[in-house]
Amino acid sequence: MGALESSTGTALDVALLCIGGLLGTGVVAAVVARARYGPRTIYGACLATCAVLLAVSLSFLIDGAATESRHLPIGLPWIGMHFDLDLLAAMFLVIVNLGGVSASLYGIGADAEEREPTRVVPFFATFLGAMNLVVLASDAFTYLISWEFMSLSSWALVMAHHRDDDNRAAGYLYLVMASFGTLSLLLALGLFAGPSGGYAFAEMRALHLEPLRAGLVFALVLIGCGSKAGVVPLHAWLPLAHPAAPSHVSALMSGVMTKVAIYGLVRIVFDLLGPPPIWWSVVLLILGGVSALLGVLYALMEHDLKRLLAYHTIENIGIIVIGLGLALAFEAGSIGWAAALAFVAALFHVLNHSLFKSLLFYGAGAVYATTRERDMEHLGGLIHRMPVTAFAFLVGSVAISALPPLNGFVSEWLTFQAILVSPQLPAWGLKFLIPAVGAMLALSAALAAACFVKAYGATFLGRPRSSAAEGARETHSSVRIALLALVVLCVAAGILPGYVIDAIAQITDRFVGGRMPVQGAQAWLTIVPIDAARSSYNGLAVFLFTAFAASAAGFVIRRVATGAIRRAPAWDCGYVDSSSALQYTASSFAQPIRRVFGTWMFRARETVSMPRPGEIRAAHFAVVIRDLVWEWLYVPIERLVANVATRADRIQFLTIRQYLGLMFVTLIGLLSLLALTQ
Amino acid sequence: MMRAATLQIGQTLLVLLLAPALTGLVRKIKSRLQQRRGPSLLQPYRDLWKLVHKEAVVAENASWLFRVVPYLIFAATWTAASLVPSFATGLPFSTAADLLAIVALLGSARFFLALAGLDVGTSFGGIGSSREVMIASLAEPALIIVAFTLALIAGSTQLSVIAAFMTSGEVGLRVSLGLALVALVIVAIAENARIPVDNPATHLELTMVHEAMVLEYSGRHLAVIDAASSLKLLLYVSLIAAVFVPWGLATPESAPSQYAIGIAGYVAKVAVAGALLAVFETTIAKMRVFRVPEFLGASLMLALLGALLMFVTRSL
Repeated sequence: MGALESSTGTALDVALLCIGGLLGTGVVAAVVARARYGPRTIYGACLATCAVLLAVSLSFLIDGAATESRHLPIGLPWIGMHFDLDLLAAMFLVIVNLGGVSASLYGIGADAEEREPTRVVPFFATFLGAMNLVVLASDAFTYLISWEFMSLSSWALVMAHHRDDDNRAAGYLYLVMASFGTLSLLLALGLFAGPSGGYAFAEMRALHLEPLRAGLVFALVLIGCGSKAGVVPLHAWLPLAHPAAPSHVSALMSGVMTKVAIYGLVRIVFDLLGPPPIWWSVVLLILGGVSALLGVLYALMEHDLKRLLAYHTIENIGIIVIGLGLALAFEAGSIGWAAALAFVAALFHVLNHSLFKSLLFYGAGAVYATTRERDMEHLGGLIHRMPVTAFAFLVGSVAISALPPLNGFVSEWLTFQAILVSPQLPAWGLKFLIPAVGAMLALSAALAAACFVKAYGATFLGRPRSSAAEGARETHSSVRIALLALVVLCVAAGILPGYVIDAIAQITDRFVGGRMPVQGAQAWLTIVPIDAARSSYNGLAVFLFTAFAASAAGFVIRRVATGAIRRAPAWDCGYVDSSSALQYTASSFAQPIRRVFGTWMFRARETVSMPRPGEIRAAHFAVVIRDLVWEWLYVPIERLVANVATRADRIQFLTIRQYLGLMFVTLIGLLSLLALTQ
Repeated sequence: MMRAATLQIGQTLLVLLLAPALTGLVRKIKSRLQQRRGPSLLQPYRDLWKLVHKEAVVAENASWLFRVVPYLIFAATWTAASLVPSFATGLPFSTAADLLAIVALLGSARFFLALAGLDVGTSFGGIGSSREVMIASLAEPALIIVAFTLALIAGSTQLSVIAAFMTSGEVGLRVSLGLALVALVIVAIAENARIPVDNPATHLELTMVHEAMVLEYSGRHLAVIDAASSLKLLLYVSLIAAVFVPWGLATPESAPSQYAIGIAGYVAKVAVAGALLAVFETTIAKMRVFRVPEFLGASLMLALLGALLMFVTRSL
C-alpha cells in the first residue's frame, strides 16, 4: 500500500478541501453566530459541504475506486500529514456525512430554539470536520490529533447548556473518559510503531509484531476505541453525555461518532495489525454480547427519552462488536467467506444504526423542542399533535427493534447467519461461547422491541400526561424533511439490502481475505449470503406481500361489508377513567420485565408505603435501581484516586526542613538508580 | 413454474380459510371434554362474518395507528403463515423468508398489537401490552434458538429445506431435536395466548393478556385481529408439523394425486394438533403471571441446551 504514495487523488483532494472548508466554517461561525441569520447560514454551509463530501465518497465507494493517498506539508514541520482514501474510509465517510447533512438540516429548523448559538454552531462545524479527518488520517500523529479534536469539540457541545448541573457533571465525566481513551490509543500506536517509530500507517502495516506486543496493542486499542464507542464496561459516560448535548449533536454523537470509534477499531485491528489469534475474537464476542444485553436492559429501566436512546446505542454497538468478533474468529480459523459475511453484517449494522439512531434522536429533539420535556412520564398523546414526527419515530422504532421489512432486521439476520456457520470453527472455547452470544443477541433483539413499545407508547400514544404535552406543536419543516429523508433511507436499506451488501462487500477482500457472493445478480432481488439452499431473504417480496395483504383486507371488508365507524368514549371494561394519570406509564409498563430481569441484574427493589386507614398522608411508591457496573468498577477507582490524593495532600503542608529532606532523599534515590543501571 | 405459482397461491388461501376451523375445533373439543355440547365448527366463520358487518366503535382519542394496526397484524401474520410449508414444500415464495424471518415477522405483528393496546390510554390496554412484551421477551429468543438447532441439524434456515431434510431419514432420533420440540411447544402455547399462560376465553380476569390488549377493538377491526390470531395458531401447528412430522408433503414436481394426499394429511395433522391442544388446556390450570417467566425460562434453557449440543457435536 505504501507504493500508492504517488497516485493522483482527485476524490481525496476534494474531500480534504471540504474538510478544510468545514474547519474554516467553524472559525467564521465563532464570529457570525450572533447575527440574526448567522447560525442558519453556517448550518447551510455545513449542509452543502457535507453533501459534496457525501457525493464524492459515495461515488468512490460505488465505483470501487483504487486507494488514493496524499501527503500534505501541514502540521509538524518535516513530518506533515498523511491521508488515505480507500473503500473502508469511503464507507465511513458516507456514514459521517449522511449524519452531517441530516444534522445540519435539523440545525436549520431548530435554530430558533437555541438560546446560545455561539456555544453550538462553531463547534458543530469543527466536530463534523474532525470526524471526517479521523476517517481519512493515515498516520498515527494525524489520527490522534484528529481524534482529540473530535473529542474536544464534542465535549464543548456537551457543555453547550452548561448552566444545568447534570450537564456539567456529564461533561466532566466525558472529559475524563475521553482523555483516558486517547491515552490508551496514544500508548497503543506508540507501542505499535516501536522504538524505530515509523508512524505512517503504511509503515505500520508492513511491521509484523510479536504476539505479546500485538496483543497489548489490541487491548489498548480496544480500550481507546471501546470507550468512545460505549462498549460495556467503558460506557458509563455515554448515557449522560450524549443526551446532554443539543439533539442534533446527540444524533451525531450517538449515530456517527460511535461509528468513527468503530472505524478506528476496524482500521487498526483488521488492517494494520497482522493475522489475529483466536483469543481476540473471544474478547470481542464477550464484550459485544454483554454490551448488547446490558445496554437494552439499562434502556428498559430508563424513562428519560434521550437517555433511553443513548442506552440503545450501547446495545447496537454490542451487536456491531459481536459481528466484528465473529469476523475475527473466522479470519483466525481461515474461513474467508464466513469472515466476509460477519464483517459485512457488522458494517451493515454500522450504517443502519447511524440511520435510525439519528432519526430517533431528531424525533426526541422535536418532542423536547416543543414540550421542554425529556421525561416520558410527562408526555403522551403526541401522535395527534405531531403526526409527521410520530410517523417517523414509529419507523425508526420498528427499524431499531430489528423487525422486518426494515433495515435493522437485515443486519441482525446476517449476524445470525454468521453465527450459524460457526460450528465449522475448530476452536473449542468458541463452540460454547458463540451459542451463548447468539442467545444474548436474540434476547437483546426481543427486549429492544419491548423497550420501543414502551418508549413509543409512553411518548406518542395514550393521553397527554402534562399540559406541555397537551400543547405540543408539529416541528419545523426542515426538521420534518430530515426525518422523512431518514425514513426513506431506512425503508430502502430494508427492502433493497442487496445493493448495500454489494457496496460493502467490496471492502472485505482486503481485510478478512474473503468475499460474499454478489447479491445484485440474484433473481427477484433476493439476498443469499451463503447459498440458496442455506438461507435467503427477500425484503422487497415480504414488504410487497404485506402491503398487498393489508390493503386487500381493508378494501375487501369495506366493499363487501361495511366501512362505518362511530366514535365513542373508551370502553375499558366499563370503568370510567377520568384522569390521564390512570393510564400506564413508562415505568409501570416496564415493571414485569424489571421483575424478571432487574431483580438480579440491577438489584431493583420496589417499596410501597400506604397510609393506614384514617391517616392523612400520601401513599408512596419508589423503585430503587442500582447500577452494578458503576458501583463495582467506577466507584472503587474513584475512591482509590481520592484516597491517594488525600494522602498526597500532606506533602503540601511540610516545614522547610522536611521539604529539604525530601529533596535530599529523592536525589540520593535517583543517583543510586543511575549507579545501578550504569 | 405455473404449477408452483398455483400451489403457492393455493397454500396461501388454504391457511387463510382453514385457520378459523382450527380455532372452532379446539373450542368444540374443549366443550365436549367439559360436558358441554359446544358451538359448531363453523361458529368462528359466522363470528367473523357478523363482526365485519357491524360498525366499528372507536374510542374518541384513538389515533390513526389504532385503525391501521389490525390490518398490519393480519398482513404480517398471513405473510408468515403462507411461508410455512403446509401441504407442499419448495414453493416459490418460501425463498423470500427463512425461519428467522418468519419469527421476526410475527415479532412485527406483536410490536404493533402492543402499540395498539397503549393507543387509547386505558389501564387494561396497558396491562395487556406490558405483559405481552414480557412474555415475548422470553418466548422470541427461545424460538430463535430453536431455529438455530433446526438450522444446524438441516444445514439451512429455509423451512422447505429443513422439512425435506427431516423426511430424508438422515436425521434419526436426536436429543437436541427432542429438546427443541419441547421448547417449541412451550413457545407456541405462550405465543398463542393459550392456558396456562393466558386464557383466550376470558374477559373478566385481571390475568388476561391478549384479550386485554384488544379490549377496545370492535367490528371489522376485531374481526381482522381474530382472523390473525387464528392464523397464528395454525402457523405454529404447521411449523411443528413441517419440522417434526413432515411426512406426506408434496413438492411442485410431484403428481396431482400427491397434492390430494398432502392436503388430506395436512388437515389430519392440524386436527390431531387441535385435539391435543384441547386436551392439554382442559387438564391444566392457569398460571399466575409471574410464574410465566419461569415456564418460558425453562423453554429458553431447553432450547439453548439443544443448540449447545449441536454446536459441540453434529451427532446428538
